[in-house]
Amino acid sequence: MEDGDRSETEEGDMARLLAAVGRDASMEAFEVVFRNYAPRIRSYMMRLVRDPQMAEELMQETMMTVWRKAALFDAEKGNVSAWIFTIARNLRTDSFRRTRRADFDPNDPAFVPDPEQPADAAFEAREAEARLHEAMKGLPAEQRDLLHLAFFEEVSHSEIASRLALPLGTVKSRIRLAFGKLRSALGERP
Amino acid sequence: MSVRHQVSDELLLDYASGSLSEGWRIAVASHLALCPQSRRRLAVMELTAGALIEEEQPESSTADDDDAWSAMRTRLAAGGGALSGGVDTPRPVSRDAIVLPEPLRSYAGGDVGSLKWRPLGRGAYHILIPTADKSTSVRLLRIPAGKPVPEHGHGGRELTLVLSGSFNDGGEVFARGDLEEADETLEHQPVATPGEDCICLAVTDAPLKFRSWLVRLVQPVLGI
Ligand SMILES: [Zn+2]
Ligand SMILES: [Zn+2]
Repeated sequence: MEDGDRSETEEGDMARLLAAVGRDASMEAFEVVFRNYAPRIRSYMMRLVRDPQMAEELMQETMMTVWRKAALFDAEKGNVSAWIFTIARNLRTDSFRRTRRADFDPNDPAFVPDPEQPADAAFEAREAEARLHEAMKGLPAEQRDLLHLAFFEEVSHSEIASRLALPLGTVKSRIRLAFGKLRSALGERP
Repeated sequence: MSVRHQVSDELLLDYASGSLSEGWRIAVASHLALCPQSRRRLAVMELTAGALIEEEQPESSTADDDDAWSAMRTRLAAGGGALSGGVDTPRPVSRDAIVLPEPLRSYAGGDVGSLKWRPLGRGAYHILIPTADKSTSVRLLRIPAGKPVPEHGHGGRELTLVLSGSFNDGGEVFARGDLEEADETLEHQPVATPGEDCICLAVTDAPLKFRSWLVRLVQPVLGI
């Protein structure tokens, strides 16, 4: 990246470090991953649970899962931050709802698999990462705020509408606009 | 086979952020199992959430972080961190044979052939899917070929996921994997396509809805 885009450099490093954790159970590599993500995941947890001790426990549980599942992370196609987000989100939802978390299962015989990935998927994943960050910077504040509310406060789009005193239709169209832009920045159908 | 009617961005965002309640979640997750394009859109949303996490400016002190790391090291040293093995390989089973994808099949307690369908009259059947989510009702419907879905007009939101056969709603055809999202503004009369019974999953707000359409069901034929 031209002027040393910090997060992009980190993302590539994180993918290599996580691969070392998965391959060699490397404590040195894990410490770097931990020190980068632990504070971020703690603050993600704090926003919803609002209890420092519980947030700390959920963060520890998230990072423990990262350690245990590191070998399952696909450094070629995956994105470390997105992968850790999904682990944190699932733990947070599971701790809040006593109900089971309905999820699809890629090993289910009824699952319709993805079409074959192109051979240069690793390069594309890094490219996509950079382009997504650029596109996110270009989003209007109202659309960024909405993404923050959705992911960090875990509120549904109808709750967002009532919190911001906006018509539901406005919230829906902002969501569609934001992801339309992000998808087209990634070269996908908006 | 390609899914034509995908989940909307706003509903998918609720799924991606973890804010969707169990009943709706069963429908969206089952649609995702059948629709690689929707999963790709989910991946973009999770990538976005990852980028937001990176941009976070955490408030913790160095001391907090040192404490957290030494707590983690203690847990790892105590053997709390057995590593998971490699990636599971998918079981080689014919995928055409199974009608209900996961997570729906587990919720239903088996695939369509092994379930106890209850008659709704006029050749239609249903099965109520138990969940812990009291805000929704979740059911499988089996509509005879060429016959209308016994409903409608909505008290709230309704999701319909087609699992087998297809239905036609106002000229639009919904087939396996297609998800129809309806709200209280929509009055519709989906009709199962002739030739094959249509099996679909229907999730609605308010268990009350069911009573009203049972009442409708016993009313004289609506003229379709
Ligand atoms: Zn990034
Ligand atoms: Zn309907």
